[in-house]
Amino acid sequence: MYDFNYRKATSADDAVKTVTSASEGKFMSGGMTLIPTLKQRLAKPSDVVDLATVPGLAGISVSGKMLVIGAMTRHAVVNGSADVKKAIPALAKLAGLIGDPQVRNRGTIGGSVANSDPAADYPAAVIGLGATIHTNKRTIAADSYFKGIFETALEAGELITKFEFPIPDRAGYMKFPNPASRYAVVGVFVAKTGGTVRVGVTGAGPCAFRVPEMEKALAANFAPAAVEAIKVSPNGLNSDIHASAEYRAHLVTVMAKRAVAEAAG
Amino acid sequence: MANAGIGQAVRRREDFRFLTGTGTYTDDIDRPGQVYAHIVRSPHPHAQIRRIDTAAAERASGVLAVFTHDHLAADGVGGLPCGWLVKGKGDKPMVEPPHPVLATGVVRHIGDPVAIVIAATRVQAADAAELVKIDYQMLPVVTSTAEATRPDAPRLHTDAPRNLCYDWELGDKAAVDAAFARAAHTVTLDLVNNRLVANAMEPRAAIGEYDRATGTHTLYTTSQNPHVIRLLMGAFVLHIPEHKLRVVAPDVGGGFGSKIYHYAEEALVTWAAKKVGRPVKWTADRSESFVSDAQGRDHVTSCALALDKDGKFLALRVKTVANMGGYLSTFAPAIPTYLYATLLAGLYATPAIHCEVQAVFTNTVPVDAYRGAGRPEACYLLERLVEKSARQTGIDRAEIRRRNFIPRAAMPYQTPVALQYDSGDFVANMERALKVVDYAGFAARRADSARRGRLRGIGLSTYIEACGIAPSDVAGSLGARAGLYEVAEIRFHPTGSVTVFTGTHQHGQGHETTFAQLVSEKLGIPIENVEIAHGDTAQIPFGMGTYGSRSIAVGGSAIVKAIDKIVAKGKKIAAHILEVAERDIEFKDGKFQVAGTDKAMSMGEVAFAAYVPHNYPLKELEPGLDETAFYDPKNFTFPNGCHICEVEVDRETGVVDIARFIAIDDFGTVINPMIVEGQVHGGLVQGIGQALVENCVYDGASGQLLTGSYNDYCMPRADDVPSFQVETNESAPCTHNPLGVKGCGEAGTIGAGAAVMNAVVDALATVGVTEIDMPATPHNVWRALKNAKT
Repeated sequence: MYDFNYRKATSADDAVKTVTSASEGKFMSGGMTLIPTLKQRLAKPSDVVDLATVPGLAGISVSGKMLVIGAMTRHAVVNGSADVKKAIPALAKLAGLIGDPQVRNRGTIGGSVANSDPAADYPAAVIGLGATIHTNKRTIAADSYFKGIFETALEAGELITKFEFPIPDRAGYMKFPNPASRYAVVGVFVAKTGGTVRVGVTGAGPCAFRVPEMEKALAANFAPAAVEAIKVSPNGLNSDIHASAEYRAHLVTVMAKRAVAEAAG
Repeated sequence: MANAGIGQAVRRREDFRFLTGTGTYTDDIDRPGQVYAHIVRSPHPHAQIRRIDTAAAERASGVLAVFTHDHLAADGVGGLPCGWLVKGKGDKPMVEPPHPVLATGVVRHIGDPVAIVIAATRVQAADAAELVKIDYQMLPVVTSTAEATRPDAPRLHTDAPRNLCYDWELGDKAAVDAAFARAAHTVTLDLVNNRLVANAMEPRAAIGEYDRATGTHTLYTTSQNPHVIRLLMGAFVLHIPEHKLRVVAPDVGGGFGSKIYHYAEEALVTWAAKKVGRPVKWTADRSESFVSDAQGRDHVTSCALALDKDGKFLALRVKTVANMGGYLSTFAPAIPTYLYATLLAGLYATPAIHCEVQAVFTNTVPVDAYRGAGRPEACYLLERLVEKSARQTGIDRAEIRRRNFIPRAAMPYQTPVALQYDSGDFVANMERALKVVDYAGFAARRADSARRGRLRGIGLSTYIEACGIAPSDVAGSLGARAGLYEVAEIRFHPTGSVTVFTGTHQHGQGHETTFAQLVSEKLGIPIENVEIAHGDTAQIPFGMGTYGSRSIAVGGSAIVKAIDKIVAKGKKIAAHILEVAERDIEFKDGKFQVAGTDKAMSMGEVAFAAYVPHNYPLKELEPGLDETAFYDPKNFTFPNGCHICEVEVDRETGVVDIARFIAIDDFGTVINPMIVEGQVHGGLVQGIGQALVENCVYDGASGQLLTGSYNDYCMPRADDVPSFQVETNESAPCTHNPLGVKGCGEAGTIGAGAAVMNAVVDALATVGVTEIDMPATPHNVWRALKNAKT
C-alpha cells in the first residue's frame, strides 16, 4: 500500500468536494475492492474519502411501489432486512450470496454498483428490476447506467446516494459462482411486473445486460420452459480459465431457467 | 493415565494457543533493532538480466542496503544444494544445474529472486524495491511439462539438453513387455496430474540475526526441519560451522511439504544480518507465496495394465514426465522416482512393473514434495487404471480388486518395485468400506439421483504409501545425501517431571499431545508432567524433522528407545535403594517394584534419587536421568486403506457434488484417534481439492502464472466437502517398530483423488464420457459432456 490522505467526509457535498479537489481522489464506501487493490499497490490515490461518516446515505425504506436502498447500505443489512425480504425476497437472497460474512458486513450496494465489476451480483438486480440510480447530481435509469467493464455513466466526482427498485410481482436470482472467488461467473435476475418481464445478467459480459428475447418469451409465458431453448450468443462474452464464452452463454440460459423457477415457485 | 495414554482421544494441548491467537510464529518474533527485507523478484518467466541498477533504491528513504548476486559471490556464498542425487538409465547422474540464491545472468521463473532490499520499515523496503531497475532481455518460454523435451523447446540450463534432468527407470522392462504380449486384455490411460500450490495458512517468513560478541548466527524460519536447514545452509551456502549457527522453527502454521526445503530467503536474511549489523526480517505475502513456495505434482503420464482372461493383473507399464520447474528444489528429484514408482504395485500382486520417468526443467516455480509426494500420483494412475480395467472387462470394480489384492497371509510381501510390505489386511479394509457405503444399494441411490435429474457415480480407491521415512542405508543407496533416522532425548527433572526433545517438528499435527500421551503411558507419569520440546537446534539433538508421515513412526520410536534406556537405568537405581538385585525389579504403571512384594519406588522418586544422589550407586552409575536415543527404521511403514466416494453431477452446469465419502484406513496402532481423524479429514480435503477445484495454471504463450491469487486458484472450502465417514483398522500393526504405528498424515490426500475421479467418471460414463482429467471443475465436466454428445 502506498501512502495516501485519508479523509472522513461529513456530507455528500463535502465528499464530492474533497474528491474533486484532490489530485487523485477516490471515494471509499465499504472498501472491499479498493482496500485489496491498494494493498497490492495496484492503485495510488492521493486521497481516499471515506463515506462511512456521511449521515443519511444508509438505510432501507418502502414507499408505495418502490423499495429505496441507500448507497451505503451494507450487503448484510439488505440480506437481513424484513422490508427487503417482504418486497423483493430475491434481492435479499442476492445480497446474501455476495462474498463472505466479512465482506457482507463491510461492502455496500453503492460501492458495488459504482465499481461495476463484471462479476458483481448487484448489477444483475439493478438491471433486472429496472432500478433508478440517484446521484448527487441526477437520476440515471438502469438501462443507461452500465457502459462497459468497470465503466458506468457516473462522471468524475459523481456520487451514488440511493437506489429506487420498483417492487415486482415476482422475482428470482440464480448465481453460478466462480469456484475460487465465488464471484458470479453468471448471475441472472428475473423480475415480472404485470405483463412486463426483465432479465438482468451479470458475470457473463463486460457489464450487466438484458436478454430481450427471454423477456419477450417470459412475458408470454412466465415459466422455465419458456427460456430453456433460448440460446445466448457467446460473442462478446467474457472468457477466462474458469469459463469460456460458450460455457457462460450456456449458463445464462440455465440460470435464467432456474431463476424463473424460483420466481414462479 | 488411563484417560491420557495410548488410544485416548486427548484434546490437543496446542489448541489453546493456536485457537486464541497466542502462538508464536516467526512473524510474531521481533528482535531488537530489527530491519526488513523485500525481495525483488522476476516478473518474467525467462529472461536475461542485462543490467541491474540499484542506485536509486540505495538512496531511498530508510534503506540500509541493496544486494544482488555479485555481493553474494564476493562473499563466497554458495548456491542452494539439492539433497538427493538420482541416477538415470545407465547410471547417468541427473543434471544438477546451479541454483543461485539470487539470480545471475538469467531468471528462470516468475518469482525468481534477483535482489534484496533492506530498510528500516517494511514499507520503505517495498518502496525502494520499486526503484531497483532491472534491464531484462526476454527469452522464449516453456512451461508445459509435455512440451519441455521437444527439440524446439527453449532450453533453461546450458547443461540440460532437451531440458532433461534425468531419464530414469525402475522395474523389469522385458518381463513387462512379455506379459503385455500374452495379455487377454490391455487397458491404457493417459492422464495429467495437475500442478498444485501448497498454500499453508502461514506464509513463509525468516529472521536472520548475528551476534558480533559471540560470532553466532541465528535464523528463525518457517521450517518443518530446522536441523536440515542448519546443515544445508551452514555447510553448503553460507559456510557457517554448526556450532555458530542456530536455527529456530517456532510455531509453524502448516507445511504440507512446502516448508521442508532450504529456500533462498533463509540464506539471504542470515547473510544480510551480518552485512548490515541488524536483525533482518522477511515475511512473504500471499502473492509472493504463489511464486516462491515449492509447488506440487505436475505429471503427464501414459500407463497401461495387462490382464489375463480372468482379470488378474499381469503387468503394469508407466511412462511419466515430471516437471521440476526452473531449478531443483531440495528433494525434488526423489519425488517422482523413489516416492512414486516404488508405490506402483499398490495393493496388488502384479508380478511385473516397469516405470520410466523423465524429469524436466520448465519456466515455472520449482516443484517438490507436497502432502503425499509421489504417492498420490502413483495411487491416482493405478486406481484410475484398475477402475477402467473393471469397466473394460466387465468385472465388478470391487471384484477385480479382490482378485488381485496381496493377501494378508503373503506378508511380508516383496513387490517388483523394490519395497517390501510388512503388514496389512487389504481385503478386510475394502470389504468394510463396501459395507459402510452399502455398495449393494448403489443402484437404488443412482436411480433416486436420476429421478432428480442428476447423474450419480461411485468410485473406489485403495492405496498404500511408504511412510516412516526412512531406513538410512536404503535411502543412501537410492541417492539421499543425508540419513533419515530420528532422535529423542528424555530429560527428567529432579522432581519427576520430564521434557522430551524431539527432532521432529510439529506444524499443526498435534505432536505435543500425541508424544506426551506416549511418554505418559510408557513412563507411567501424568501427561501434565510431560513437556514436548522441538524446533530449536540449540535445544534439540540433531534430528531430521517432519515430513512423509514419519513423526510417530520414526520420532515416536526414538522416544520409545530413549524411554527404554531411562527404565533400564531406573531399575539399577531402584535396586540399589530397595537393596535388591536389579533382576528383581520390574517396571510397571510408573513404579519400580520388587517382584512379588509391595516394595516399590515411583518414577518420580527414582528421578529425585538420580539428581540428589545421596543414596545412589555412584561407583557404577552416573547421576542424573537424561537419555538420548537415535532410531533408524528397519523398513518403511505402509499405511493403507480403501476410500469410496459417491458423487452427483448436475448435467446442465457440470457441477460435481460429493454425496458421500468413506475412508477405512490402516495406520497401525492409533495413539490419539481424534488427532488421527483430524489428519484424515485434512488429507481428504486436500485430495478432493486436487480432484475437483485446485489447479495451478501457467499461460503457455507468455509463461505468466494465471492462478496467482485466491481469486483464481481455488482452495477447497468447508462447503465443497461432505461430512466424512472414517474408521481405522488396527488389526495389522507395523511389525518392525516398537509401537506398531504406521503414520497418518498423508493418507487422505493419497487415496482421495482417485476415489473422487473414479466416481466422476462412473457418473459421466452413463452418458458417454470415458475420461476426464483433474480438476473436474464444472467447466471441464460441462465440456466433457458436450464433447461426448457431439
